[in-house]
Amino acid sequence: MTPEMLSLSNSPGLFVGIMLVKILVVFGVTMLIVAYATWCERKVIGHMQTRLGPMRTGWHGLLQPIADGIKLFFKEDLIPSESTKVPFLLAPMMILVPALITVAVIPFGPDISVGGFLIPQQITDLNIGVLYILAFAGLGIYGIVLAGWASNSKYSLLGGVRASAQMISYELAAGVSIIAIFMLSETLSLREIVFLQQQDLWGVCSFVPNWYVFTQPLAFCLFIITGLAEINRTPFDMPEAESELVSGFCTEYSSMKYALFFMAEYANMIVIAAIAATLFLGGWSAPLNIGIFTMIPGFVWLLLKIFSMMFFFMWLRATFPRVRYDQLMRLGWKVLLPLALANVVITGLVVVIF
Amino acid sequence: MLDSYLPILTLIIIALGFSVAVIVLSRLVGENKPSAVKLAPYECGMPPVGSAHEQFSIKFYIIAMLFIVFDIEVVFMYPWAVMFKRLGLFGFMEMGVFILILLVGYAYVWKKGALEWE
Repeated sequence: MTPEMLSLSNSPGLFVGIMLVKILVVFGVTMLIVAYATWCERKVIGHMQTRLGPMRTGWHGLLQPIADGIKLFFKEDLIPSESTKVPFLLAPMMILVPALITVAVIPFGPDISVGGFLIPQQITDLNIGVLYILAFAGLGIYGIVLAGWASNSKYSLLGGVRASAQMISYELAAGVSIIAIFMLSETLSLREIVFLQQQDLWGVCSFVPNWYVFTQPLAFCLFIITGLAEINRTPFDMPEAESELVSGFCTEYSSMKYALFFMAEYANMIVIAAIAATLFLGGWSAPLNIGIFTMIPGFVWLLLKIFSMMFFFMWLRATFPRVRYDQLMRLGWKVLLPLALANVVITGLVVVIF
Repeated sequence: MLDSYLPILTLIIIALGFSVAVIVLSRLVGENKPSAVKLAPYECGMPPVGSAHEQFSIKFYIIAMLFIVFDIEVVFMYPWAVMFKRLGLFGFMEMGVFILILLVGYAYVWKKGALEWE
């Protein structure tokens, strides 16, 4: 008999058990990558600026994230007397939670069969997976604006206002740029998008997979640029801008609340890298359809792709200066949006003609 | 339905629980000696001047309104993109007209200078 997809109706106990295992593993791995991404970023940027980066705690500073965590944990938790208390407390959670739950729809391997059931290696396969990601990525901005406003500090307020300005300039282009993918895939489910990318390239080249980065290079570039702007990474880190706004929206935060902002920044980086890898770089599938490559488990490929994207983001931070505000909004509205729309129209034309 | 959304609900609860737990725990174990100066908003060491909750001119409010309009138009494109190959040439022409109307509005706001930043 062909194995059935495991669901809540045919085996509730097993479903809940496996669901919890998957959630805990993904959550744990994400937090581990968040912790070590901070170390890695300091190392990478350090070496790019001919410094060493953290060296004292453990071998080449490997214990640095743990030391940082413990330090922040025991710091005094200040709530400024003029702040609005409840939003001030809520804001760090409102940033971190959307960042952490977006990973739920990222597939990390093919279906495996256990006890006569097929189990997808993905926390949940939403048929509107991409809309889910866009919705929650958009929620993160509320935390930043709320943090900026609730702190009742001028620097924080400016940081929050900048964050909203950035969001309204870039979310449009981000949304339009990936539409071209769905015109080709005919689905919004990330699991199916990965399966589609395992076919032969344009149906001819048998050992190169049909990654959408080959068919949609422009959409890929647009998505990376707008993605960087969405997660406030350099060169678009205007809301934080430590050289002008002290620390931007998180100036007034201390202790673990500040740590949550910090974690959210890296969690967002992982999410953008994972989405880019899944939509454009074949997700968990191997880069070449050769026996030895396809034997390596899917999550290894996915992690490799995520890490290379994250390295690229760190590299950008070491290379580019921050853009000015008017430049940032002009780029979003006058360059990226028309390019993204043109890409949709051209993709449509090509698909209709062939 | 529940199959797909139960894991998300669980994940939301875990992520929320994690953030609440670390904040509460660090509040319990961390130092807590507040003083008036420590709790004042940061202003580079100067005594804070006024409050940040004042009327504040947001220069880009027109762009914010345009964003809402355009974002809704973009949402319309998602279901179309998924059905695109099945709709064929007809669907493409329909969306062409839609994008054309969108572009007319876009060119208008550009010409009017709504996208300029001062």
